[in-house]
Amino acid sequence: MKISVERAVLLKAVGQAQSVVERRNTIPILANVLIEAEGSTVSFRATDLDIEVVDKAPAMVERAGATTVSAVTLHEIVRKLPDGAMVQLTDDGAAGRLTVEAGRSNFSLATLPKEDFPVMASSEYSANFSAPAPVLRRLFDKSKFAISTEETRYYLNGVYMHVSDAEGGKVLRCVATDGHRLARIDADLPKGAEDMPGVIVPRKTVGELRKLLDDDDMQIAVSVSETKVRFATPDITLTSKVIDGTFPDYTRVIPMGNTKKMEVDAAEFAKAVDRVATVSSERSRAVKLALAEDKLTLSVNAPDAGAAEEELIVAYGDEGMEIGFNAKYLLEIASQVDRENAVFMFDNAGQPVLMREGNDTSAVYVVMPMRV
Amino acid sequence: MPALCRSCLTTFDEGTRCPACRSPRVLSHPELFSLSIAHMDCDAFYASVEKRDDPSLAGKPVIIGGGKRGVVSTACYVARIRGVRSAMPMFKALELCPDAVVIKPRGSHYAAVSKQIRAMMDELTPAVEPLSLDEAFLDMTGTERLHHHPPAVMLARLVKRMEDELGLTGSIGLSHNKFLAKVASDLDKPRGFSVIGKGETMDFLAGKPVRMIWGVGAAAQSSLERAGIRTFTDLLRWDKQALIERFGGMGERLWHLARGEDFRRISANAPVKSISNETTFFEDTSDPDLLDGHLWRLSEKVADRAKAKGRAGRVVTLKLKRADFKLITKRTSLHDTTQSADRIYRTARSLFDTVANKGPFRLIGVGISEITGADGADTAGDLLDPQAAQRRAAEKATDAIRAKFGDGAILKGRAIR
Repeated sequence: MKISVERAVLLKAVGQAQSVVERRNTIPILANVLIEAEGSTVSFRATDLDIEVVDKAPAMVERAGATTVSAVTLHEIVRKLPDGAMVQLTDDGAAGRLTVEAGRSNFSLATLPKEDFPVMASSEYSANFSAPAPVLRRLFDKSKFAISTEETRYYLNGVYMHVSDAEGGKVLRCVATDGHRLARIDADLPKGAEDMPGVIVPRKTVGELRKLLDDDDMQIAVSVSETKVRFATPDITLTSKVIDGTFPDYTRVIPMGNTKKMEVDAAEFAKAVDRVATVSSERSRAVKLALAEDKLTLSVNAPDAGAAEEELIVAYGDEGMEIGFNAKYLLEIASQVDRENAVFMFDNAGQPVLMREGNDTSAVYVVMPMRV
Repeated sequence: MPALCRSCLTTFDEGTRCPACRSPRVLSHPELFSLSIAHMDCDAFYASVEKRDDPSLAGKPVIIGGGKRGVVSTACYVARIRGVRSAMPMFKALELCPDAVVIKPRGSHYAAVSKQIRAMMDELTPAVEPLSLDEAFLDMTGTERLHHHPPAVMLARLVKRMEDELGLTGSIGLSHNKFLAKVASDLDKPRGFSVIGKGETMDFLAGKPVRMIWGVGAAAQSSLERAGIRTFTDLLRWDKQALIERFGGMGERLWHLARGEDFRRISANAPVKSISNETTFFEDTSDPDLLDGHLWRLSEKVADRAKAKGRAGRVVTLKLKRADFKLITKRTSLHDTTQSADRIYRTARSLFDTVANKGPFRLIGVGISEITGADGADTAGDLLDPQAAQRRAAEKATDAIRAKFGDGAILKGRAIR
């Protein structure tokens, strides 16, 4: 193999691949990226056996071929090369070395045989559809904060992407929860997604997927089967196993019957929560919300450290109540609101609260209170 | 040379017998009245308590420990003469000493007796750091002005009181730091009182094995041996940097210990780092119901202890020992801290489910760590477990009933599996 690639193009392609590679690896080949050159393209393939990413880039291919080399090292080299440099990759199969040349820099990297590289088995997808990048971005960005890290509830370690019924018909829905907060985000159902099986997209895949979604004009080809999910742009294909488990019935958790409505400017609310939480150093800081007519009093009482209180003007017309929350959870859901006021729907101090943006029910959040 | 009679607590200057009561139990040492760091260790504590409570056991070998699969937790001195040691498997102990009286440990009873001893120690100094039910460090520095007697006299009085009032004996180690005090208390057991002064520290340590250090177990010992270190004299040959490079944090500590230096303070309220309970089965088992019953009982014990201390933990650990002695430990971190038996059990249970097929097991244990105060424990609700709040309320009610009517007043069904 002998190819020449422009440095910026190479950096982007290798960058995407190396982020999939696990830093601590017991299988040496998994630290490597598989480089394949043919025609006028070079592709970089990396995997952790659960996720596989293939990134294609245009290249001048002098001699077709393939080899594998440490993804992290190659990425570091390319990153440090000067902008605009032309990078030449030459594979010497006999010596087991890949030469990287750019200007006066010359590197020789150890390779492993391409035959040893585990390529993810291709599979049949039962649904194929296309969705605009901004739609997927919203679905995952607004839900991923609620993904659980608890290993014992492994079926919560991802975003549940599925087709569901909503008021206006069927929607593409993403749900994540860790038992303390829940996010449910809906989008118009893309054509072809009707028969999609519900899948739990793992946390790491959600992170990798995000890198495909920056371009507003990009259409993402999505393929889903019972066991795998694939997201593809013309250049990048991200294939991932999905979490083998049953996502719990989240619909029972969403308190649709809450009647006490509080409307507040989300940014002001978040700032106030952040301020009063300063006095407590505990990891799970409890903020008490005391509701009265058009007035919300936020307070924190940390016996060892001190106390704080702040009043906010809100729209509230029901009977007064007090309820406590983990400050971090309030901040997280408040930061999801970007256009309108945050609307909180309460029941009582022991019951979960529902939060949405204005009257928009396409993104709802649920938070479990704390006893304060 | 300052001397002290351990029988009548008279202090005098010279002699091998007490000038007042003619007792030969005389302690004399050049630094006797200037040293103030002590370690008190009860002699065969559990066995001594049992012998005291049941005079018919006097003179008989007594072993405290559980079941034919269990290990010896304490052996009285009669049994020790026959070779029985603590931590020895019970069957082996009974081979050595077939006529031994084996008694199941009565934990709460020993704890009550320990409290009486603790009260006596608290009269001597506010700086008492208990290591377990039957041993503690005492920092007596500066107490002479209060008691009008040097620490050595007050310590001799402490063990004398324990004998007179509680019928239990203990041994004292008196030195200038914790490490040496602990070593000293072991030198002259039982009913001992040993002193290691500053002047003799280096001579005392010379040639002594490093396994004498509290915390150097089999593993550390073998890694030290690989470095050619068996004795304190070997340690002295190493420079500090080399020890740190080879053994990390322990290296620095070893360098100081080799010079008889130990800067740890005696802290009355040494923080609890973890709370755990475990049990060894009579026969190896992989019976899920049986194991589940144990899980619950252990979780409840851990929760009870946490509640009694006003503590809560963030990490729940499950420990299993397989029939081939291979140890499996699984741990998980919770969102908030807990002291609830229900949550500890449920968390341990979900950990157990991931390894349930690896049996049969010979031991199971449950613990919590990353301990903090009970403030804020178990306050976060769980969306996916709406019954959790009710179970928590039930646990609270159960606790209240037990406080009033005793531990056996109310039990969960799974506790009797």
